[in-house]
Amino acid sequence: MRRHALPAFLAVIVFTVVFGLAYPLAMTGIAQLAFRGKASGSKVTANGRLVGSSLIGQEFKSRAYFHSRPSQTEYAPDATYFSNSGPNSVEAREAVRENLAAYVKLEKPYYGSLTREDVPVDAVTMSGSGVDPEISEANAQIQVHRIAAVRHLSLGTVEDLISAHTSGRALGLFGEPGVNVLTLNLALDEEAPIE
Amino acid sequence: MAQGWLQIAVFVAVVVALTPPLGAYMARVYGGRRVFLSPLVGPLERLTYRLLRVDPSAQQGWKDYAKCMMLFSLFSWVLLYLILRTQGIHPFNPEGFDSGPWDVSFNTASSFVSNTNWQYYGGETTLSYFSQMAGLTVQNFVTPAVGVCALLALIRGIVARTGTGLGNFWQDLTRSLYYVLLPLSIVVGLVLVSQGVVQTLDGAAVAKTLEGAEQTLALGPAASQIAIKQLGSNGGGFFNVNSAMPFENGTAFSNFVELLAIVLIPAALTYTYGKLVGRQREGWAIFAAMLAIYLALIVVVVPAEQHGTPAEHAAGTPTEAIDGSTGGNLEGKEQRNGIASSALWATTTTVTSNGSVNSALDSYTGLGGMVPMAGLGTGEVVFGGVGTGLYTMLLYVLLAVFVGGLMVGRTPEYLGKKIQAREIKLVSLGILVTPLAVLATAGLAIATRAGTRSIYQAGPQGFSETLYAYLSQANNNGSAFAGYTGFVQPHAPGNVGAYGISFADLLGGATMTLARFLPIVLVLAVAGSLAGKTISPAGPGTLRTDTPTFVVLLVGVIVLVGALTFFPALLLGPIVQSLTGRLF
Repeated sequence: MRRHALPAFLAVIVFTVVFGLAYPLAMTGIAQLAFRGKASGSKVTANGRLVGSSLIGQEFKSRAYFHSRPSQTEYAPDATYFSNSGPNSVEAREAVRENLAAYVKLEKPYYGSLTREDVPVDAVTMSGSGVDPEISEANAQIQVHRIAAVRHLSLGTVEDLISAHTSGRALGLFGEPGVNVLTLNLALDEEAPIE
Repeated sequence: MAQGWLQIAVFVAVVVALTPPLGAYMARVYGGRRVFLSPLVGPLERLTYRLLRVDPSAQQGWKDYAKCMMLFSLFSWVLLYLILRTQGIHPFNPEGFDSGPWDVSFNTASSFVSNTNWQYYGGETTLSYFSQMAGLTVQNFVTPAVGVCALLALIRGIVARTGTGLGNFWQDLTRSLYYVLLPLSIVVGLVLVSQGVVQTLDGAAVAKTLEGAEQTLALGPAASQIAIKQLGSNGGGFFNVNSAMPFENGTAFSNFVELLAIVLIPAALTYTYGKLVGRQREGWAIFAAMLAIYLALIVVVVPAEQHGTPAEHAAGTPTEAIDGSTGGNLEGKEQRNGIASSALWATTTTVTSNGSVNSALDSYTGLGGMVPMAGLGTGEVVFGGVGTGLYTMLLYVLLAVFVGGLMVGRTPEYLGKKIQAREIKLVSLGILVTPLAVLATAGLAIATRAGTRSIYQAGPQGFSETLYAYLSQANNNGSAFAGYTGFVQPHAPGNVGAYGISFADLLGGATMTLARFLPIVLVLAVAGSLAGKTISPAGPGTLRTDTPTFVVLLVGVIVLVGALTFFPALLLGPIVQSLTGRLF
């Protein structure tokens, strides 16, 4: 046993240096050289101020903005956790019911024919990360009526902005399309600033 | 839905297509032949042997091989535990996080040294960059390499013609690290950075949102760890919500790459196996058995998640697909992943011993949540962990050969080696350790007050959380029905006032360690036992192990063992939930 102990001990030290320091630090160096912005968090600035990250969603309450999905963490990317709401949970039913009612109440004044059946499920459920940057296209297509009215824009203008901030499927195949709420709202502010 | 099936089909096709080239490459590496990386990596490899003061050509018997492996893992555990417990004094700690509690650190050290990566801690709220790099990333690398070592020893035992040497542990370990895991991690890591996965030593950045709130963007050297987390069947997230976090997996493309990285090496190892035993059909037969179970699980989970949950239906929200939305159960799922990419991940990560998640398994439907449990219940032989998957599968192959031998009334043999009482005893033990550990620990945790403290959800979901926790830890998987907790952190972020639930931490830690190392030693013992046997030529009565018939027999044995062991437990959790619309 003893004659194997020294190599075992040395191996732990050597591999800690190689894989615990050299590898991650070298990768950091390469990443910062090759993809500086992305490696540092895809930060978004407006008027020289850091306003967030294009990969991290934000909470929006104002009627002048597109709204993100419900979040269990109020969009905190520094302490993430799952809602862990089970499939047969009473609390889950209550949460979804409330989200659905609130959504219809907010949007219906601008979109008279809206019913519960039209509301896509991403608008009433919490994402995994709690900071999902995207909403579904169907979700954006409902909110577009409110935004156009509040911002005094034509539906067509806002719809064009939505398409410009919609990411497609990877390689046209994998995942689902989604509308980036933060970058879309920033574009809205540029197009039609609110007082 | 059709679009979802298409992406799954293409994904599986890519896995099948990549298996031969990577498998052949690894066969060359482990056969000691030159590969295109040799000029680059060779000097580093030789330097490592000198630093370790070992002779890589010295053949080891199974006992020496096992001793090296155990000592290496023991020292790894000690160093990791020390790093976690002294976190406050180390560099690369921009948030100034204090050291972790003793019981949670015990669980975490056991978890990462056993290639489980079960996480009671939250990455961005408790760990410094130093702990993530020098502690966890290192174990992310070495533990899959240890798994490959055990596999190589078993293969050498199967093909040995003379002597009892099983190779050299230090050589197998070093080659796995330098020729396979490191190059792949560099490539995958950089692709992930190009997709927005963060890789920086800067501390968190505070943003002021459009509506004027403060938002703290937690950052870190994540991509380098996530690459090996996916490739090495590790699964421990840099961030608490793992690959659901956009900084860990931010685009549909990064999701595809991470998903592929989970299954790439374990799938390719079946081809490597065929090469090393000199019969490619044997490798493909095992691959076929794995693929069959994999596909069977996928076709259950995708429609189950598309259907939605009783809670969603009771709330009156429609879960059918509509124009511009996939519909389905999106609770705990990211918009960019939707149903298909989430459900495919949930299956892939649990059959392979990976354990990373891109959606919240605790929020899956009853039937959908049973699929990950079934994946764990197979003992993770469907591609399985790096090395561990195939060696466990080979135990099942030996068991199937034995069962087949009983049916045709001949002494069972595998690739010319007689399978006798000693081997079958070791094989049975090796297969049964893990399910026994699951049932015993889950039973203990559900029946005691100390155990039920960890439960979050009411009703059968609470039972499912408990069962899942021990299924996952005993199988060295690491995914979770994450409501189940062993760590209470009232002032997150930071460890101030945080404490562990000792029962869950210690029972889990002990289970992970036992269920990792006991089967490994048994596998090495089987290898040693087989190595000493002579190879007898195949006769007309020999049960062939490269035929569709044998694949069916093999799948049957795996399903039977898993079903007999876990069916009663599954009845109490996920099956009850899929049969009722009642809420709790």
